[in-house]
Amino acid sequence: MNPAPFTAELKSARFRREREEDWRRLEGLLKRLETQPVSKLSDEDLIALPVLYRATLSALSVARETTLDKALLDYLEGLCTRAYFVVYGARPRLSRRLARFFAADWPTAARALWRETAIAGLLFALGAGIAFWLYSRDPDWFYAFMPGKTAQGRDPSATTEALRKVLYDNGPHDILAIFATFLFTHNAQIAIFAFALGFAFGVPTALLMVTNGCLLGALLALYAAHGLGFQLGGWLAIHGVTEIFATCLAGAAGFHIGWTLAFPGAKTRTEAMAAAGRRAATLMAGVVLMLAVAGALEGVGRQLITNDPARYGVALTSAGAWGYYLYVPRRRRKAKALG
Amino acid sequence: MTDYTRHLDRPTDAQRQLITPEGVDLRINLGSASQRASAFLIDAAFIVGIMIGVTILYVLALLAMTSASRAVGINWPRGDYALQILSVLWLLGFFLLRNGWFLGFELGPRAATPGKRIVGLQVAMRNGGRLSADALIARNAMREIEVFLPLTFLAYNAGANVDGWIVLLGLLWSGIFALFPLFNRDRLRVGDLVAGTFVVQAPRRRLATDLTQRRSSMAPTFAFTPDQLDVYGVKELQVLEDVLRRNALSAQRVVADRIRGKIDWTPRPGESDGDFLDAYYAALRTRLESKLLLGKRRRDKHDTA
Repeated sequence: MNPAPFTAELKSARFRREREEDWRRLEGLLKRLETQPVSKLSDEDLIALPVLYRATLSALSVARETTLDKALLDYLEGLCTRAYFVVYGARPRLSRRLARFFAADWPTAARALWRETAIAGLLFALGAGIAFWLYSRDPDWFYAFMPGKTAQGRDPSATTEALRKVLYDNGPHDILAIFATFLFTHNAQIAIFAFALGFAFGVPTALLMVTNGCLLGALLALYAAHGLGFQLGGWLAIHGVTEIFATCLAGAAGFHIGWTLAFPGAKTRTEAMAAAGRRAATLMAGVVLMLAVAGALEGVGRQLITNDPARYGVALTSAGAWGYYLYVPRRRRKAKALG
Repeated sequence: MTDYTRHLDRPTDAQRQLITPEGVDLRINLGSASQRASAFLIDAAFIVGIMIGVTILYVLALLAMTSASRAVGINWPRGDYALQILSVLWLLGFFLLRNGWFLGFELGPRAATPGKRIVGLQVAMRNGGRLSADALIARNAMREIEVFLPLTFLAYNAGANVDGWIVLLGLLWSGIFALFPLFNRDRLRVGDLVAGTFVVQAPRRRLATDLTQRRSSMAPTFAFTPDQLDVYGVKELQVLEDVLRRNALSAQRVVADRIRGKIDWTPRPGESDGDFLDAYYAALRTRLESKLLLGKRRRDKHDTA
């Protein structure tokens, strides 16, 4: 056979030449969408985006069957993948997502995890009960639950007067905002940690719940022994209702993923984990918000309100508000409209 | 029996199907463990760097305020508003950096932190769906046990207050979480497992020129017989493409000599390695692509199709 000199343009090269402009336009649109909000794009561009995406995607299918230019195939695959995530990954506006979170997602997640929340609450109460009981048998148990620093001088050797002073001393009253912020960030970090530990089949989370309960129980027992139980109750409850509730919810979120990892049920383990993780994460977003409220109540509210009935009043109000918001079902219509 | 899949490119080990609603498989590539690690280290360096920088600024501001108030002769009050605002911002900034750096960037349109962008990675849902905020919260909250838990045990060790055996056990235990990606096919972190996400490669490629368009004035003088072209398949063509695109002259010489020997080619006077390879590439691609149009993909030189 006679060797033929190579002259004609390849079919695949012509294919590319005819479509190249569309690809570059799509690339330019994607680049703009990555740096500026969708609203900055003109109507014309917005309409063109899905059209260009589909054209490029079909070019990719054709190219895979007709061209052997690896660089072109790689380019088209990358471009199509980027465009796919933009076209199908568009999220609703932030304001809308926030509205949906407060109106539907957060309370729904809290209700869905009521069993885990109850277990976390019981473990916490169990810890408190054990510590209280042990203290009443031998006050030295106090040191087992409260490491030296945490106690801040509040231990069985302290006088009643000193113990009372802690309750009504309005603390670092000149830096309340800093105090509140510190409490919030510290507690929120621990809550997130407790949630993440749930992955180890919930065991460390359960331990955290019990030990936290022990702290409370030991403190209660100490003050009760000095006849200050009621006063300590007010001092703790003003923020404690919100904080302990949030802690139990964080524990519940941890139990949820730990339990699902162990017993995924009808779905595959990875599918079940993904669903459980997202539900738990929604709840955790709420937990962090609750801890911000608790931080403000503890850092500011408690220092300014030094009257026991008023402290109990705030505690009852917050308990009612959280209970109503998270657990009393509302009409679905509104939530759906926002969806 | 005919193997109908033989004309398809086989997926590599790191390739995953992602079928769009239009029915096209995007064949995305997973980020490798080393890419993931370097992306994380870059992000960690950013975070620690910012923390240190902000702290220095904070301390400098405090010092400036103290000396300023002293100069005026007043005893600067601890509860000064400026101090409170500064301190609150500093505390919140630390919290946000630690918990919000990954979350905030991954919520953005590129679904990647600066570290991931530099390495060329992005986060995606494993089912190809929309990346939601709750998934990203779950994904990044898990860093507490993957990163901070092992660090805590290391810190205990430095503290030397805890029994060495307990520290060792703790490190082993928390190491399971940290090294989780090495033990599964999809390179999932604990956070990815919990959130239903994975990390895929998202390199920004530029459209390179078509090598068949790059023809020297000598091009028409090259002519290859079908026998000379049938010695290679697609795999060799793409290796040749790679050599040509990298433009490494020494590699081109080796490859050109290899091909000339294989096809019994006597060099034309004044023929350069680059010209020869360009021409052979164009001819080989034309031949293989015309076969492809008839449904025959010759995978490599051992493929007898």
